[in-house]
Amino acid sequence: MLDLRLYMLQRLSALILAPLVLGHIAVMIYAVQDGLSAAEILGRTQGSWAWALFYGLFVLAVSVHAAIGLRVIVAETLKLRGLGLAAFTWLVFLGLLFLGARAVYAVTAA
Amino acid sequence: MDGQANTMAVSVWRGDAEGGAFQAFEVPLRESQTVLDVVTWIQQNADPTLAYRYACRVGMCGSCAMMVNGKPRWTCRTHIERALKDGGLEIAPLRNLPVIKDLATDMSAFFDKWIAAEGVFRPSKTRADPIEPVDPAGAMRIDASAAIECINCGICYAACDVVAANADYLGPAALNRAWSLLNDERDQGQEARLAAVSRRGGCHNCHSQQGCAQFCPKSLNPTASIAGLKRETAKNFLGRRR
Repeated sequence: MLDLRLYMLQRLSALILAPLVLGHIAVMIYAVQDGLSAAEILGRTQGSWAWALFYGLFVLAVSVHAAIGLRVIVAETLKLRGLGLAAFTWLVFLGLLFLGARAVYAVTAA
Repeated sequence: MDGQANTMAVSVWRGDAEGGAFQAFEVPLRESQTVLDVVTWIQQNADPTLAYRYACRVGMCGSCAMMVNGKPRWTCRTHIERALKDGGLEIAPLRNLPVIKDLATDMSAFFDKWIAAEGVFRPSKTRADPIEPVDPAGAMRIDASAAIECINCGICYAACDVVAANADYLGPAALNRAWSLLNDERDQGQEARLAAVSRRGGCHNCHSQQGCAQFCPKSLNPTASIAGLKRETAKNFLGRRR
């Protein structure tokens, strides 16, 4: 179910996620406390390579981390194995990546 | 406990790989009675067809492990006072292993996994070479010593929920053995061993629930050994050889 490669992918994606999650929470608190409107937020994010990179990396790390985590849960509880399990893992990864990338694009595209 | 006067209700699992059911027995209570004594009494006095396994009766051989009131125990060293629940005992074959008959399980998969985990000594010298000194206070020897007293009873394997959920998982005992050999300075099979525990079903599937450590009759901590394997395989992956 989990070999060294998947284990390392999950650990390394967690390593990337930890500071990004903290950054994300900090930004949310900052935005709410300052009473920024949606337009004001978009004004800061649109056309910003920094925000595109921050949330782009966030989405990629989430997609990898969640896909592997769900793979283990599904394998152990539903006994899914082999091709079905591989398909499920890739589907979760690509699905989250697509949804996340679409959101990052919508918020940061100029 | 006054000799033969009192009895206890004992429910023993009877059957084979096809299935089975619990059978009730009344067994006399005796002083300093172990669960293995109870099973032996049933086999000798109530039903000679009861199949079970034991050898040394003193906690060395690791043959007599069974599920006692739902928990894996070495029956020869488990006093019934510690195991009785509502004045009764429920005795079943070890969890996570196929049953041969009654309380005797087929432990082939358990031992095959020891081999699959490279739980085999790969000597770097021949008997013609001088004996290699191993420092008892060395860091590797201390790690090996902490893991080395395993008696292969299969209790950790029965206690492990990951084994229950994933039949490919090598299990705590095999991985604990791999860890003790990884810390053996005389062994030359470390690369193959790290590869063996890194495959699907390897050490990375452990959820660190510590059921193995909770029930190990020798008070070993296979979870810690598996954490050691995870650490060493990760270091190896990142190119930092030990």
